[in-house]
Amino acid sequence: MTLLEQSASADRDARALAERVFRRGDDSAVIRISEADAAMVETLDVDPMNDEPMIVNMGPVHPSTHGVLRLVLEMQGEQVLRSKPVIGYLHTGMEKTGEQLSYLQGGTNVTRMDYASPLFNELVFSLATEELLGIEVPPRAQWIRTMMCELNRISSHMLFQATNGMDVGAVSMMLYGNRLREETLRILEKITGLRMNHNYIRPGGVAVDLHDGWRDDIAGLLDLLPPLIDEFDDLLTGQPIFRERLQGVGAINVEECLALGVTGPILRGSGYAWDLRRDMPYLNYDEVDFDVIVGTYGDCFDRYAVRLNEARESIKIVQQCMEKMPTGDYRLQDKKVTPPPRARIDESMEALIHHFKIFTEGFKVPEGEVYVGIESPRGELGCYMVSDGGAHPYRMHIRAPSFVNLQTMPHMMQDAIVADVVAIISSVDPVLGEVDR
Amino acid sequence: MGQGSESDEDPDAGASEAAAPAEHATLYDVPLSAGAGQVVLHPSIDQYVDTVRAMKADGYVSVIDLCGVDYLTHGGRSLPAGVIAERFEVVVNLIAHTPVRRARLRLQVPESDPVVPTLFDLFPGVEAMEREAFDMFGVVFDNHPDPTRILMPHDWDGHPLRKDFRVGSVPVQFKGAAAPR
Repeated sequence: MTLLEQSASADRDARALAERVFRRGDDSAVIRISEADAAMVETLDVDPMNDEPMIVNMGPVHPSTHGVLRLVLEMQGEQVLRSKPVIGYLHTGMEKTGEQLSYLQGGTNVTRMDYASPLFNELVFSLATEELLGIEVPPRAQWIRTMMCELNRISSHMLFQATNGMDVGAVSMMLYGNRLREETLRILEKITGLRMNHNYIRPGGVAVDLHDGWRDDIAGLLDLLPPLIDEFDDLLTGQPIFRERLQGVGAINVEECLALGVTGPILRGSGYAWDLRRDMPYLNYDEVDFDVIVGTYGDCFDRYAVRLNEARESIKIVQQCMEKMPTGDYRLQDKKVTPPPRARIDESMEALIHHFKIFTEGFKVPEGEVYVGIESPRGELGCYMVSDGGAHPYRMHIRAPSFVNLQTMPHMMQDAIVADVVAIISSVDPVLGEVDR
Repeated sequence: MGQGSESDEDPDAGASEAAAPAEHATLYDVPLSAGAGQVVLHPSIDQYVDTVRAMKADGYVSVIDLCGVDYLTHGGRSLPAGVIAERFEVVVNLIAHTPVRRARLRLQVPESDPVVPTLFDLFPGVEAMEREAFDMFGVVFDNHPDPTRILMPHDWDGHPLRKDFRVGSVPVQFKGAAAPR
């Protein structure tokens, strides 16, 4: 390749890059071969000395693939030409299972999808159910939900810091990041009873009220977090090796993101301020003050920085939630939707029957269909729910942000080297439980 | 709640809700049903791509979601007049950022000929979602660049989210367990 050609290819403008996304065929960034064909490639007779592109299967069991993601890479030497993510290794039919479970049981199912941010899954499921029921949950339940979701966002972004650091070689980040995640999960455990898969946010409100002394617990956490997050700046942000691994790697622009339906930190990292919390407020996000963090270049470093600073914004939101937390009911006292208070069961036959009926038969939801979208740590998490008037969802579809965001990988990886592939997977931050459902 | 602000900001939705007999309301020449702050369009398969193209020109920047629904055992759903209910539906959720609004397309897909044109050329992000809809429901997306299964194994027989899928036909066997019950 001549110098002139090199500079010409370096000058590809944003629009040409965006057009590449639309292409089919050989000049697309996606290698569209079936997973079976890609698996057969290993048996092919390939001469290692010849300079032809070769197919490499990376994963599904590879420590940097965050679970069971498999990548089919077309390599020319060390360089990735085209690639394709192959998924489905964790597919357990959770949408089918969701059709067998009642609306009250559904939370236990959806909470296991994105296991790094379970409360968001429960929230979107509950919001969709409540929209179909046409009920409004009490203000305290709304504020508890807002606060818990932001705590969960912190824990999810801290997990990202841990895994992203480890993937690019800052191995001690696994301990630093996971420490903050565990500190946050400890609070979530104290409030919900479980570290993960809480089943805390339920149709009609939340499962239990905040415990006595919750303010002290959360205030302690909020005192602990900021200096430790600032420490990440010292450990990572200013560190030349870390920057070298991430800056300019896996860049994606706004046109590509929007064309691919990408949301969340990837879209914001490329410089587009779109956050459902601000732009289509749900819960109490219109009553709290926070900034939408955006990047500039859309590379792996911007996505890292967006997530780090989003955790700081979440701390601000949790503080405001603590100040504004109203008194009142933590769930709707609607006998059609929520079980009776536990104490009533001992003294009232009607309460016992009511309790029994709601946990065996569930409650019926009017016929209809609804789509609800919220901002999860990975992007827009949506729930499309169809009800036929019965006690089980007729169809429960979760729009998983990781599932859609995975499609950016071939475009980020084109012309990158294998070591960058690991950094790119990490910066997309996919949760494979949510991708495969 | 989730979409509360939407109907306020969407002039089209507001106008169509004001037009009293909702059955005759249209948007992009497509039957419209709007309620609870959600705009739902019901194009025919022939109108589908042109409708999405018009919406894209109108500011809808992303296809947020595309999924299938199987209405085989559903008791009956309310559709605008002139829309004939079929077994399958392909549901497409689009989002516009200026002004902020959402819209949903519900496409009736007959069981005898479940073929729908792909939206890949307008929104390449639907690639994975259309593969999922094919995998789960057997709806074929015509001219799709990669019409293969995405979640199920490539040699799987049947489409699991169909209501008449043979659930439980594959016995679950645990290693070392004596025999299935």
